[in-house]
Amino acid sequence: MFYLDFLIVILCFKPFRCRSLPAQRKYMRSPLIPEMATQEVQLNETLAHLKTESETLKSKLEEERAKLHDVELHQVAEKVEGLGQFVMKTRRTLKGHGNKVLCMDWCKDKRRIVSSSQDGKVIVWDAFTTNKEHAVTMPCTWVMACAYAPSGCAVACGGLDNKCSVYPLSLDKNENLAAKKKSVAMHTNYLSACSFTNSDMQILTSSGDGTCALWDVESGQLLQSFHGHAADVLCLDLAPSETGNTFVSGGCDKKANVWDMRSGQCIQSFETHESDINSVRYYPSGDAFASGSDDATCRLYDLRADREVAIYSKESIIFGVSSVDFSLSGRLLFGGYNDYTINVWDVLKGTRVSILFGHENRVSTLRVSPDGTAFSTGSWDHTLRVCDDCYFFIGIKYNQNLCTFNFTPCAPDKPPLSLTATHLPKYSNLKKHIYRST
Amino acid sequence: MLPKGRDIIDWLIQKYNVSEEESLHVGGMLVKYGYIYPLKEPRSLVLRPDESPYRFQVSRSSPIQYVYLDTIYLAKKNIRKQGELMEYEKERYSVLHKRINHTWDFVVMQAREQLRASKQRRKADRIVLECQEQAYWLINRPPPGVHNVLDVGLERPNNFSARVTLVSGFIAFIYFLFVKYSEQYLNHDPIMQGCLPSNPWISDDTAHWTMNADMVPTPTRLRVERWSFSFMELLEDSMGRREFMTYLEKEFSAENLCFWQACEDVRHGESSRIVEKVEDIYKNFLAPGAARWVNIDSKTMDKTLEGIRHPHRFVMDDAQMHIYFLMKKDSYPRYLKSDLYKNMLAKAIVPQETKKSVFPFMRRQRHSSPSPAQAATQAEDGQAKGAGQADIDRIFVITEINRRTQLRCLS
Repeated sequence: MFYLDFLIVILCFKPFRCRSLPAQRKYMRSPLIPEMATQEVQLNETLAHLKTESETLKSKLEEERAKLHDVELHQVAEKVEGLGQFVMKTRRTLKGHGNKVLCMDWCKDKRRIVSSSQDGKVIVWDAFTTNKEHAVTMPCTWVMACAYAPSGCAVACGGLDNKCSVYPLSLDKNENLAAKKKSVAMHTNYLSACSFTNSDMQILTSSGDGTCALWDVESGQLLQSFHGHAADVLCLDLAPSETGNTFVSGGCDKKANVWDMRSGQCIQSFETHESDINSVRYYPSGDAFASGSDDATCRLYDLRADREVAIYSKESIIFGVSSVDFSLSGRLLFGGYNDYTINVWDVLKGTRVSILFGHENRVSTLRVSPDGTAFSTGSWDHTLRVCDDCYFFIGIKYNQNLCTFNFTPCAPDKPPLSLTATHLPKYSNLKKHIYRST
Repeated sequence: MLPKGRDIIDWLIQKYNVSEEESLHVGGMLVKYGYIYPLKEPRSLVLRPDESPYRFQVSRSSPIQYVYLDTIYLAKKNIRKQGELMEYEKERYSVLHKRINHTWDFVVMQAREQLRASKQRRKADRIVLECQEQAYWLINRPPPGVHNVLDVGLERPNNFSARVTLVSGFIAFIYFLFVKYSEQYLNHDPIMQGCLPSNPWISDDTAHWTMNADMVPTPTRLRVERWSFSFMELLEDSMGRREFMTYLEKEFSAENLCFWQACEDVRHGESSRIVEKVEDIYKNFLAPGAARWVNIDSKTMDKTLEGIRHPHRFVMDDAQMHIYFLMKKDSYPRYLKSDLYKNMLAKAIVPQETKKSVFPFMRRQRHSSPSPAQAATQAEDGQAKGAGQADIDRIFVITEINRRTQLRCLS
């Protein structure tokens, strides 16, 4: 049984790890005809020459950019009040998936969640009550992408089947959701991420085939495709801008590209990560975006300045980031890491303000709720957690008749408070002192 | 978020710790010397301490580039408006022609390419680039009789340029905008500051969601305050949009918002209904003598009418953007100063903070809520009944229903 598991893991891992330049791989195959062999050598040389030239140009460009980079974000943010240490706590644990949770998304009603897992199950939860409301079994395994429709009436998901399917959510208990399934997107490799645009009618997808695409849900027609990544595209996010026309994608080629949805053109490109970019998310104002990568760093890129403006990293963090998201004001950046933790960063000052333990395997997905009241994480330990900030941490020590209450505030300006009583205080007295309990 | 005149002055006050008067002066010099250029009235190089948008000028480095850029700019102007170069520009053009005669074809080709590429850009980007160029050349090649601010007298060996410092000032300004954004939204961020009456995930009480639902009679104060942060915030909140519509009706310009909503519907709606929706829009908003005729400039109108002959998803984009920016620049600021908004703000509720129960293990009952999928089915039934309504209101009603089902938040 164990060996079988092992085998399945290897088989499933293969496409996931399949992240090399497809063009280069094709090239390495040697032809049979001698003339073509000489041609190939020449072409190889040209390729190498072009590569070195492009590297030189890139470093020159970085030099020029660096000349202007004599001020850092945290310097400008010096006068801003520090945050102190936050304590995060799990408020809900959603158990029900039989295998690794790979992706999740919030509903606009701020309490429902859709999640997908390795065994092909897609579950819709009311996270507030922890009840499962709908469940669908996909015909494929490794459902790496799922999204909730803006109306709350449908969910989209896909993975190793290379497709993105939309399931309208029906409240009829007897109805089989899978019957009403609608196949929308078709790629030539696995689906890594999907997102509805402003309505239920269009879906944006990214795939292991190196492209992103915009689809019409009703007809399944391809509206626009986006070519430019040199390897698998792993993530995407839509811009919250006024004209709502752009999105950003990140891929295994270490690049984050900003695209114009209407023309299909790549407007801006950023390449400072040292490894695959697993997650991208826009800053709430839409003028910047954060990315999380296998190189164990999160970075902030500004679209107006056309450059990276901050790096969030620590020597003690050596595992890759699988997903990132901002708090509502953009002051906090949450990162889910492959070492089972969640690190919370102060976006302006570049420091880490909190670390959250609790998951028993890598964190694969993380999203802040639409109204910013909590954030949810999904993990390979088969669970999802909804977490929040703790206002006070109460430690109670009983020592015969002595009872000490220790209050450690999480707000930066409040001092710690310690109360000692010779007897257990009356309920009314306690009420006065306990403020925002855990 | 384009820097506004007011933003730039605040930034200078903060950065250099100076008074408003001095900041205005320094800022004014920055505009005069071309480091910052205005998007509104680009020929008037003045820093206005209000909502006028500005942009930082791109630094143009080597002298060789300068010559080419100058030539390309004049060539573009010549191609675009035949024979409309001013006298001093014509002189300069012929001088340049002699100077780079050997690459003249390349330059003209570049100019044509840039013109062609700019046509494909969105209108907003095009306007910004044109302002940028115009401002740059106004300063670097002032018309005869205009004071040349770049005159430094006799050339000195140490004429080092302040340009690099100012371009990095641009970066510092962007960081400043980050700080400002975080500060503005701090009170609205529940994870940072908590939320009233309580965070539902902690207290198990959904009062926060109920109070902020779509159809409350009285909104919360934070919600109404948020409408003043940006036009996008106002439109994204369905209650805010309804309030704005009421205001526009009083001003007799409600057709602008209706038009914008109808265009949004075309852009994000079903492909199969695009032709039908575009026809409706034409009938109601664009046709001469239409019941709700919208005021678009003739160039955009002509282009849109041309496009309507072969309707596609993005055919209304230019017109929609024109009306959006019209509302944003004109009606939105006036709405924020209006009695309607001020009254809404005054009567908005500030919820009382709920004190938590002493014993955390005494948990409240967590109530479930109706699924959005259910609510949508009900709305569809309602839509079927109302099929006999007048055409004029049909677009608006259906858009509203779609909008409500999309943005509904239930408790």
